[in-house]
Amino acid sequence: MLILLGVVVIVIGFSIRLNPLLVVVLAALTSGWFAGLSPLAVIAAFGKAFNDNRFVSTAYLVLPLVGLLERAGLREQASRIIAGLRGVSVGRLLIGYMIFRQATTAVGLMPIAGQAQTIRPLVAPMAEAAAEVRDGPPEPETRYAIRAMAAATDNVAVFFSEDIFVAMGSVLLMVGFLTSSNIVLDPIHLSVWAIPTAVAAFVVHAGRLMLFDRRLARQGKAAGKS
Amino acid sequence: MIRLGVVYLLAGLMFAGFAVLSARDRENPKRFGNSAFWALVGLSFLAGDRLGDLGNGVLVLGLALLAGFGQLGRSNPATTSADERQVLSQRFGNRLFIPALILPVVVGVGVLVLKPLRFGDVALMDPKQATLISLALAVLIGLATALILLRQPLASPWQEGRRLIDTVSWAALLPQFLAALGTVFALAGVGNQIGQLVTTWLPVDTRLAAVSVYCVGMAVFTMLLGNAFAAFPILTGGVAIPILVNHFGGNPAVIASIGMLSGFCGTLMTPLAANFNLVPPALLEIPDRYAVIKAQIPTALLMLTINTGLMYVLAFR
Repeated sequence: MLILLGVVVIVIGFSIRLNPLLVVVLAALTSGWFAGLSPLAVIAAFGKAFNDNRFVSTAYLVLPLVGLLERAGLREQASRIIAGLRGVSVGRLLIGYMIFRQATTAVGLMPIAGQAQTIRPLVAPMAEAAAEVRDGPPEPETRYAIRAMAAATDNVAVFFSEDIFVAMGSVLLMVGFLTSSNIVLDPIHLSVWAIPTAVAAFVVHAGRLMLFDRRLARQGKAAGKS
Repeated sequence: MIRLGVVYLLAGLMFAGFAVLSARDRENPKRFGNSAFWALVGLSFLAGDRLGDLGNGVLVLGLALLAGFGQLGRSNPATTSADERQVLSQRFGNRLFIPALILPVVVGVGVLVLKPLRFGDVALMDPKQATLISLALAVLIGLATALILLRQPLASPWQEGRRLIDTVSWAALLPQFLAALGTVFALAGVGNQIGQLVTTWLPVDTRLAAVSVYCVGMAVFTMLLGNAFAAFPILTGGVAIPILVNHFGGNPAVIASIGMLSGFCGTLMTPLAANFNLVPPALLEIPDRYAVIKAQIPTALLMLTINTGLMYVLAFR
C-alpha cells in the first residue's frame, strides 16, 4: 500500500508547484523505496527507462525549422491572411482546423501537424488575428485564453480520432491485451467503435468553440465601451 | 535500413549546438546552467547507449538538480525584431508557407509511401520508427528549402531553435521524465495496487454501475498514471473482462474501444501528460502552466459522460 506514496508525492509536488523534474525523481525514489528497491537501483532503473524513452524528446527536432520561419515573418504572414478574410472568427477558424485534424488523424496522418509545428507558428497567431478582426486588439488575458483554446483543440481532435486508424499504437495495444486474455478480435472492430466518440467529440468541442466566440464578442464590446 | 539512431544523432547535434550557443550568450546571467542542461540532453542522445543504466541515472539526476535549483535562465538569441518581421513577411509573402508545408507533406509521404518500401528483404526504414524518421527527414528538407528560399544565416536554425527550446526550458524534458517514471511505477507495482483497491471497494453489481466504474476508472487512473496505455491493462483486466464481458455479456470490441477513449478524457485533464498539457503553454508563452488543462476540462468531462452512455447503450445490444 505504501508504494502508492509515489503517486501522493506527484500530486502534492505538482500542486505546490515544485519543479516537476525534481518531483518526478522524488516520486520514483519513494515508490521504489517502498517496493524494496535501493535508491541506487531506482536511479539505474530510471536512467535505463529515460534512455529507452529518448524518442519522446525527438519531437523538438522541428523547433529549428519553426524558429527559422518565425524569424523570417511566418507568424506575421499567417496573421495578415486572416486579417484579410471576412466573416472569420476564433471559433470558426478552430472548428475548421479541428475538421482538418480529425480527418487526417483518422487516416493515419496524425504526425503531419502538432503543437510545435502547427499551433505555435500558424494556428495560434491566426486565431489571435481572427479575434482582432472581429473585436479589436485582445487584452493579454484574452490572448492567453485564445492560445490555450487553440492548443486544446489540437489535443481534443487528435485524442478522439486517432483510434479510428487501425494501425495506431493504442489500437494495437488493445488487440494485444485482449488476445492475451483469450479474446481474439480484428483491430478493425475496435476502430469502428471509436467512430461514435469521434463524432460526439466534434459536436461537443465545436459547440464550446461557438460559445467561446460569444464570450470573446462580449469581452470585446465591454472593452470597447470602457 | 534507416533506424532511430540517425534521428538520435541529429537530435544530439541539435542539443549540443544549443549548449555551445548558450555558453556564449553573455546576456543570460545563468548561461552556464542552460549550457550544462542542454549539453546533458545532447550527451544522452549521442552516447546514451554507452553510459550504462547508472550513468544515465546520474545524467537524469543532473538534469533534475539543474532544473530544481533554478539554474536555467532566459536566453537572448540574436533574432529579428517585430518590425523587421513585418517587413520580411511582406517581402516573402506566401513563400513563407512553402517550407511550413514541406513538413507535413514529407511526413505524409514518409508514413504512406516510404514506410512500406522494401529493397529485397531489407526495408528502407525501420517500420516501427517510420514516423520519427520521416519527421527528421522532413525537418532537414524543410530547413534546406527555408535557408535557400528565405536567405537566412546558416547559424539561424540553431539560434532560433535555442530561442524556442529556452521558452519551453526544463519543461521540454518533462514528457521523457514522466515516461521513465511510468516504467519505475510499473516496476514497483503501483498500477496493480490501485487496481486491487478499485475492484475491492467499488460497486460493480449492476450493469450501469460497472460501466461507470470502468469508464470513470479509466479516466482517473489515466490522470494518476499520466497515460491511458498504463491504465488500460489494469482496469480492463480487473473490471471490463471479468465483469462487463464475462458476467454481463458485453461486446468486447465496444467496451475496449470506448474504455480507451474514456482514458483519453483523463489524459486531457492531467499535468502528467506533459507533452500535451504542459509543454504547449510554455511553447505558446502563456504564464499559467495549467491554462491548456483548464481549457480542456469541460470537453473532457462531457466526453466522459458521453462515452459512459455510449458504452452502456452500444455494448449490450
